[in-house]
Amino acid sequence: MTVTLFIPCFIDALFPRAGISMVEILERLGHKVVCPNEIACCGQPPFNSGYWDEARAIAAPVLDKLKDSEAVVIGSGSCGAMIKKFYPELFKNTPQAELAKQVAARTWEFSDFLVTKLGVTNLGAKFPHKVTFHDGCHGLRELGIKSAPRALLGKVSGLEFVEMKEESCCGFGGTFSAKFPMISTAMGEVKCAAATETGADYIVSNDSSCLMHIQGLLSRQGSKLKTIHLAEVLNQR
Amino acid sequence: MKNTGTILSEREKILGRIREALKISAPLPGSHDEVTTHAHAESPASHAREWLPSVGTSAAEQFDLFAKNAADLKADFQLLNSREELPAALKKIAAAEKWSRIASHDGELSNFASTTLGLPVMLTDKGYDVQEMEKCDAGISECDAFIAQTGGVVVTSRSAGGRALSVLPPHHIVIARREQLVADLPAAFALLKQKYADNYPSMISFITGPSRTGDIERILVLGAHGPKKLTILCF
Amino acid sequence: MSFVSQFKSLASEKTRDLRHRLVIRTALRGYEIVRDKRKAAFQSWESARQAAAETKWEAINHLDEHLIALTSKLEARGTKVHWASNGAQAREIIAQILRDKKARSIIKSKAMTSEEIHLNHALEKEGFTVVESDLGEFIVQLRHEPPYHIVFPSMHLTRGEIKDLFQKELGDAPSDSPEDLTMVARRVMRQKYLTADVGFTGGNFAIAETGMISITENEGNARLTAALPKTMITLMGIEKVLPRFSDLALFLPMLATAGAGQPMTCYNTMYSGPRQPGECDGPEEWHVILLDNRRTELLADAEQRDSLHCIRCGACLNVCPIFRNVGGHTYGTTYSGPVGAVITPHLRGLQDWKHLSNASSLCGACTEACPVKIDLHHHLLQNRRNASANEPAFFEKLAYKMFAIVANEPAFWSLAKKIGWLTQPLQSLVKGSALDPAKAWTKTRDLPPQPLESFKDWWKNRQ
Repeated sequence: MTVTLFIPCFIDALFPRAGISMVEILERLGHKVVCPNEIACCGQPPFNSGYWDEARAIAAPVLDKLKDSEAVVIGSGSCGAMIKKFYPELFKNTPQAELAKQVAARTWEFSDFLVTKLGVTNLGAKFPHKVTFHDGCHGLRELGIKSAPRALLGKVSGLEFVEMKEESCCGFGGTFSAKFPMISTAMGEVKCAAATETGADYIVSNDSSCLMHIQGLLSRQGSKLKTIHLAEVLNQR
Repeated sequence: MKNTGTILSEREKILGRIREALKISAPLPGSHDEVTTHAHAESPASHAREWLPSVGTSAAEQFDLFAKNAADLKADFQLLNSREELPAALKKIAAAEKWSRIASHDGELSNFASTTLGLPVMLTDKGYDVQEMEKCDAGISECDAFIAQTGGVVVTSRSAGGRALSVLPPHHIVIARREQLVADLPAAFALLKQKYADNYPSMISFITGPSRTGDIERILVLGAHGPKKLTILCF
Repeated sequence: MSFVSQFKSLASEKTRDLRHRLVIRTALRGYEIVRDKRKAAFQSWESARQAAAETKWEAINHLDEHLIALTSKLEARGTKVHWASNGAQAREIIAQILRDKKARSIIKSKAMTSEEIHLNHALEKEGFTVVESDLGEFIVQLRHEPPYHIVFPSMHLTRGEIKDLFQKELGDAPSDSPEDLTMVARRVMRQKYLTADVGFTGGNFAIAETGMISITENEGNARLTAALPKTMITLMGIEKVLPRFSDLALFLPMLATAGAGQPMTCYNTMYSGPRQPGECDGPEEWHVILLDNRRTELLADAEQRDSLHCIRCGACLNVCPIFRNVGGHTYGTTYSGPVGAVITPHLRGLQDWKHLSNASSLCGACTEACPVKIDLHHHLLQNRRNASANEPAFFEKLAYKMFAIVANEPAFWSLAKKIGWLTQPLQSLVKGSALDPAKAWTKTRDLPPQPLESFKDWWKNRQ
């Protein structure tokens, strides 16, 4: 299968290892990976801020670039939700309405793609650490992804998995984190405390944007707890 | 009357705004934007029985369930073998709590229960002094039904001596017959509808356990305003 | 101070208040456990939610017919039905009833609609004595505070604070045990019930089919309020209708489960009139006031009409990480939490209250918790869209226009990344200070280090 990898802006600029891991994993599974250089962002920042015209200005060329794709894979539940769930909403009553629905239907969040579409859980990965998992809210609630990442982590050799006692938002929320930093920070502190309580070495997530927020707080707190994208864990051998 | 005129017109204004607003249809819940205007052939809640907590099938199971639920609610449920055991059961409570007077209402079961104690009884039926009721140690009433699914009872202003009897005295005693057990909430509503049809009592109350509050640190305290104790004596 | 600066200033204070954080967390932890247990007891909570949502849809989308049926049934049994387009009209109707009855004292059971129209203040100004009988409401009334939460009005207070309050205001607080404190309130309230001229209640559901108003409560205070005083007044939003009597078989346990993790609330009572012939007690007169107060404006927005399905269970507040961190009073509204953030911009003005819709990470926990499936967090997005479309913020719009240009042109995007990389040493110098353009972030959080080689650089080199 030819997989079109959608690289979100923050993975491209800040967390390239996550993207590289996805490429390597998909190729090892025998798929052809393409990655359109012209796509930089899904348009979520203006969309979430209410600037839908500006969001369409970014999303329309993205749709165009994805129109002949076989499967679109995104290593972020948040950007995945933008395309799968919000593009059809954003392009409702526009000439691209139908295309938005079609692209949405063949777009996959990375872990969901591996488990649900490809039926793969064991990638032969080895990661001898204690880890906990953070569900990004968009992946969890907009896309309903909860079991796939756990199924994948369950097959990683040497990995000890521990759940946090409570599920909660990390407080990132895109522009929210800058518009209401005090609330965002407090939410992040609650999250970090829950993760720390598990005694894990790593917080794994399928969303780098959440991890950026969590890592930002942990690092300011001087915590030893580290964050890592799911794809990077699955690519450790 | 000028006043009435304004009131009526406010009604018409509000209804007018509602009708204007409803000219645009809203999507049905979960229909993913597909706008629908058709109403359901049957009511969406008509299958509630299939979704609410399960109640078992046999009467024995449902009595057990009621007993368990009532205990969870901290209500006292006593399943007696016969009507003849009722006086003793009541006398035991009256003695333990040192009752000196009780309130009740006219009814076959409630009369039998309230006269058995030999205490002064204030009956509510023909009107009563609320300060007198306030001095009563217990209110004894009948009920319309008790519900296995919830562990609660259903009383009405007609079946249970008015509105206050079941809520003002500190201990509410419900006298019920075994055949008054209903399995679940849909059955309780069906029963009320069948029993009272178009002449409902002005108050119908589903009482699920003794009065309670959690308003201080979410810690359960019984007897916030209503009865601290609820006892259901069933034979 | 504008509503938004007030919100931000209170939010800054509360989010740093670790004691507040702990009190709320502790209060809600118990709730979560029992709620999950009660939900699991349902054979199908999800089917029940869907049916509840469809039932409310039916009620709201035929609201005119249901209200007409409701009022004609109520009136047929001697209830006086009043209609109020706004708070001022409702207050005047209530005050006029009190004047007509030459009433002095009013005992109230909990009603958020009365908070919405600021009833107590108006009545007290006219010299009436108003006593809140719900324990939590009574506590916040003694503190001259609005309720902290629509279901748990005093959840922000500890037993120690309540003991001190009772000692100061009532001169009676034997200990700080919740049991003792509750009994103090019980004693104080008893005589007030017996002597009050008028009883005032809200309403949880109004049954169109039978002309009944159903009131849900745990304490028995509403039961007493509706039993003892000679006159009873009920104030209720027009959206509270349900089509059928039997719908309550679904809604009563769902309200209890979602709201407080109970199988049923202790008292669910349906009133269909004042004292009827042959009945021994109950009010001689019952006045029901149906309140619009801009609910019809919400109704006119088909996209967000389902927010009128709200049964005020408070479940969305309980699970909301924003609510849990900023607290109920920070919102400055009658209805706080996610549902408040959705409806307040409609009820009190979009531009003044859009910040409530912006102050969300859009995590969606509210939508998941809502027993009637209101699409809460997507409505927050729609409010943001509507606010930006009506009155765009100039610099924000400009920034997104520029961002679109950069994102759409690979050369610009590549350049932006290079600039970011090159300026990293500068960022670490100004980190968190007034000079730092990213200070909203860096004041409390570190920025991730930016590698020289981006993913796209790697991809290009590899081809």
